[in-house]
Amino acid sequence: MSQTPENPEIPGTTLFDAAQARKGYALNKMCFSFNAADNRAAFLKDEEAYMRAYGLNPQQSAAIRQRKVLDLIAAGGNAYYLAKFAGIFGLDMQDIGAQQTGLSKDEFKARLVAAGK
Amino acid sequence: MARIVGAIVTSHVPAIGRAIAKNLQDEPYWKPFFDGFPPVRQWLDDVKPDVAVVIYNDHGLNFFLDKMPTFAIGAAPQYHNADEGWGIPTMAPFRGNLDLSWHLINSLVQNEFDITTCQEMLVDHAFTLPMALLYPQADQQGHWPVTTVPVCLNTVQFPLPSSARCYKFGQAIGRAIRSWDSDSRVVLIGTGGLSHQLDGERAGFINKAFDLKFMESLISDPEWATRFSIPELVERAGTQGIELLMWLTTRAAVPGAVRKRHSNYHIPISNTAAGLMLMEPVEPY
Repeated sequence: MSQTPENPEIPGTTLFDAAQARKGYALNKMCFSFNAADNRAAFLKDEEAYMRAYGLNPQQSAAIRQRKVLDLIAAGGNAYYLAKFAGIFGLDMQDIGAQQTGLSKDEFKARLVAAGK
Repeated sequence: MARIVGAIVTSHVPAIGRAIAKNLQDEPYWKPFFDGFPPVRQWLDDVKPDVAVVIYNDHGLNFFLDKMPTFAIGAAPQYHNADEGWGIPTMAPFRGNLDLSWHLINSLVQNEFDITTCQEMLVDHAFTLPMALLYPQADQQGHWPVTTVPVCLNTVQFPLPSSARCYKFGQAIGRAIRSWDSDSRVVLIGTGGLSHQLDGERAGFINKAFDLKFMESLISDPEWATRFSIPELVERAGTQGIELLMWLTTRAAVPGAVRKRHSNYHIPISNTAAGLMLMEPVEPY
């Protein structure tokens, strides 16, 4: 992310700003297509062909292959569209949160509960 | 002229839809959340609004980055939801209110809010789940008791509208409703938040102290949140906690002082601090 006075750095946080929107367009467009069940099936049938059709760059393709959320964000992915990619694999938001924070799912859920105390 | 009977603001986490579908309302995890709603349903039953103006954010169902309006208003005879990537069931369609839609559009543009108008518009969970929570029988019965006008704010792609701009937008919506030549009773519904962050190493961030202060401010000092820039709000409420902009817009649409009729706050629902408030104008007008 570009650091500008308007968007100061917040630890562990990437604002989906102009730089991210430009970088991630192809990746986000592919994820947007997963709104339709037929497209999700087509992706599962031939992931590589599907990524090629949307023109993903090597960084984006690698992050998709590895299912790594932090890498997908670094490649320009936006959380709302990435959620549709995660949905293909039946992952919920605690799975996603655990993966990004390096915690087990139970540890991540415990952290959420602790925030309410 | 039309009357604003009150404002309801609530979270809209997708997991709520799964809980409703599986009938989990009384499970220990879900009960503290769902128990917040009966008093609001009772109020709706007493007050019987005819129209709901629903202020929400689209999460990539109707709008993609190819065209991303900052403020958009539906002007369709009816609105459908759709699969959002998880095979969400289709709900009974929501009836639009073309007269109020076009009155809002005309009034807002005249007041220098150059909104995008949508004669076709899909509505996502941020619109449908609050409606299902407020009118739990309606989907099954195939009929919603209110007509609707969707008002969508961009919280996806920066720059987002500032909190001060959202406040003014809400005020302009309120003025427009009250200048609508109709005897309708209008309820405002704002959806999103409260603090949560889905993405990044800070995923799971929740800020109870900030949320409670924000909720209180809507009653005692409604412009309080406008002092914060968008990044300052993200820092305090999380990347998706910025959805509090919809609460702020909704509150601003009710002129003058409001009284709190009901509120609920529970952590966590999914990764989110879930809030609910029902506000009524102090002065009838």
